[in-house]
Amino acid sequence: MHELSVTESIAAICLKHALQNNARRVLKVNIKLGELTGIVDHYVSFYWDLVAKDTVAQGAELNFIKIPVMAYCSRCKEEFKVEEYDLTCPKCGEADTELVSGREFLVESIEIE
Amino acid sequence: MEIDVLEGIFDANEKIARENEALFLKNRVFTVNLMASPGAGKTSLIANTLELLRDRLRIGVIEGDIASSVDAEKLKVYDIPVVQINTGGACHLDANMIRQALDHMDLGALDLLIIENVGNLVCPAEFKLGEALRAMILSVAEGHDKPLKYPLMFSDSQVLVVNKTDLLGLGDFDMEELRRVVLRMNPDIVILELSCRTGDGLPGWADWLYDKTKAF
Repeated sequence: MHELSVTESIAAICLKHALQNNARRVLKVNIKLGELTGIVDHYVSFYWDLVAKDTVAQGAELNFIKIPVMAYCSRCKEEFKVEEYDLTCPKCGEADTELVSGREFLVESIEIE
Repeated sequence: MEIDVLEGIFDANEKIARENEALFLKNRVFTVNLMASPGAGKTSLIANTLELLRDRLRIGVIEGDIASSVDAEKLKVYDIPVVQINTGGACHLDANMIRQALDHMDLGALDLLIIENVGNLVCPAEFKLGEALRAMILSVAEGHDKPLKYPLMFSDSQVLVVNKTDLLGLGDFDMEELRRVVLRMNPDIVILELSCRTGDGLPGWADWLYDKTKAF
């Protein structure tokens, strides 16, 4: 629901790095998006055209790299993919596991010319 | 040419949240971010908490709403510091709104600050405010199936208050199922059942919050 403000943050980060690197144009923005965040990439892309208009990032492609929700079981000493937000280890039933990934939301890199 | 950026999209908010947190720590104010959907009972829970704790703790409230000062008006009778934030359409509070609200709040005169977030089960979960405690309310009227629909808030909260327990039995709300699902998502969460309407369970919540505040 707050994808507009999020898209503005993405643009601000892109433009800052584009300026620092004397970019004429931003071609692509690589964004890591954990599947536990509530961000809907479709809506970010929808706002992007509006937010990036008349900047060096106008027309840049947004590339979302989805990160699955993973947790670590200290009893089995291994990671497992979390299904349906259930952090219980599917192998041994341990409830006290640790979330390893799924909360990421960052601009990983930009491609410029 | 590819440039590494590695910059979190919520970093700007989180930086201000850490500054708020430092301010709360310095003033030893235990701060609660209270989140729930509209109508779950956020303002009622705050009013009842004030009723039960205002003689034992110095309490302030920040009210977050998209528009109006209806909730702040309701709390006027308690004669405590209340600051109303109108987000002007935004679906959540962010750390910068809290920082601005703090200009109108004397932290040195408080033990407990309750921030009532905008009624919404989605967006407030993404924005840290600098709080020491993330609390959420789910009311029986909303149904026990909400955790899987709004996982982030249930995963991130440290306490879940189940309100409107006086409605249990009128619908198909299954408390055991709710507990089972929530604890699988968040094994450390504290779940408290109460009814702001009948008062059942309220002293338990108030004592729990009092202990947390005193231990801060």
